[in-house]
Amino acid sequence: MIDFDQVTLTGVGRHYGRRRALHDISFAVRAGEVVALVGPNGAGKSTLLSILSTLVTPTSGQVRYGSHTAASAGAPLRRSIGWLGHDLQLYPELTARENLLFFAELSGVATPGTAVDGALASADLGDRADDLVSSFSRGMRQRLALERALLHDPRLVLLDEPFTGLDRTSTGRLASRLGDLAGQGRLVILATHDVLLPTDLIATAVSLRDGRLAGTQSGRVWATALRAGAQGER
Amino acid sequence: MFARTAWLVFRKDVTVEVRSRETIATTLFFALSAVLVFAFALVKEGRVVADAAAGILWIAIAFSATLALGRTFERERYGDTLRALMLAPADRPAIYVGKLAGVFALVVAAEMALVPLVAFLFGAALLQRPVLLTGLLLAGTLGFLAVGTLFAAMLARARSRDVLLPVLLYPVTIPVIIAGVRGTVALASPVPDEAMALFWLTLLLFFDVVFVTLALWTFEPLMTD
Repeated sequence: MIDFDQVTLTGVGRHYGRRRALHDISFAVRAGEVVALVGPNGAGKSTLLSILSTLVTPTSGQVRYGSHTAASAGAPLRRSIGWLGHDLQLYPELTARENLLFFAELSGVATPGTAVDGALASADLGDRADDLVSSFSRGMRQRLALERALLHDPRLVLLDEPFTGLDRTSTGRLASRLGDLAGQGRLVILATHDVLLPTDLIATAVSLRDGRLAGTQSGRVWATALRAGAQGER
Repeated sequence: MFARTAWLVFRKDVTVEVRSRETIATTLFFALSAVLVFAFALVKEGRVVADAAAGILWIAIAFSATLALGRTFERERYGDTLRALMLAPADRPAIYVGKLAGVFALVVAAEMALVPLVAFLFGAALLQRPVLLTGLLLAGTLGFLAVGTLFAAMLARARSRDVLLPVLLYPVTIPVIIAGVRGTVALASPVPDEAMALFWLTLLLFFDVVFVTLALWTFEPLMTD
């Protein structure tokens, strides 16, 4: 496992053929921060998360995880990264416990049984541990998926639209959990456009538009402006 | 750790399949339907075109294996679990081996129903040399699926994956199909030609080594964008 306190993007760009998905993106995320990638659909948020996850290689620029790059670190770096996508990456034919156990063992967690019990408790799914995931609500799956992403105790947590489809209670619960993760010194980066987020959750909002960096602002300023805009539209 | 990762992925795939029975049911149904269609088309008044059984057996295997490959990776695509597998801090080639083993078990299970049916419907003496036939089937299936698993994983997120998989897979695996058919013809003739069957089996094993090695080598770079 590779430890780092900062993720730095320098001039990151990504082309798909002639289409430019990202162009010259530079910013840094420090330990203990929750950073939101915001912008309209197609702005490049998911592509940027995929680059941060090491699954997509930038065509220009670089991402540094402390002093390491994805190319130099490989699998040990992946052990430091947790990913929660919009699709929740769970097998509906397996139970909650089987899903967690599979990913814990695959990630080389030292005591998978203990880690899974802890994750089930964190997700408040202890009493549904042996039920098939196909019988779970969206909120329950979301909680389980988040714990799946955290099973191997990653340093960097990446989340793609994690609040989509959640009711107000589940949103508050997830936001609280993300706040706890940042409080533990992890780096949390999420793509979102949700207006119901607690204003004090996001430390920095990084705005993307047409694959370019449109600006960065404090989370509180961004959330206030977003809510004012949402009210104005009503 | 490599073997452990492959085993975990294989065990997960088998558990999911045992619970859903989705892929084995569709694969088996498709394979048996294909053989029945060939039987209606090629068997007239109890007479069969010479050597047709071997060709039909391998065509049914190739088509049903393609279906199984598509279904297996469609399941991984549906919940984006393929991304979770690729992001896991595990050897990516081991994940490939686990997926290959899972779909291999599935297709071999389908072949166990397919071989007796083809032998019965086409009056072919397929089971004269069961050990050699088993060797041909296992080696041919492995070669076909080694390439198929790589291509199906690569195409899992492509929009036209259902069309692209056979278009890419069949030209590359034609040598495997030809070797399988010729080896089976040698075994099913009135006097089984064991030497010829062994020659084709050796060739199939050579293809297996080449295809599996190439797939292990290229899986990781092909799966990262």
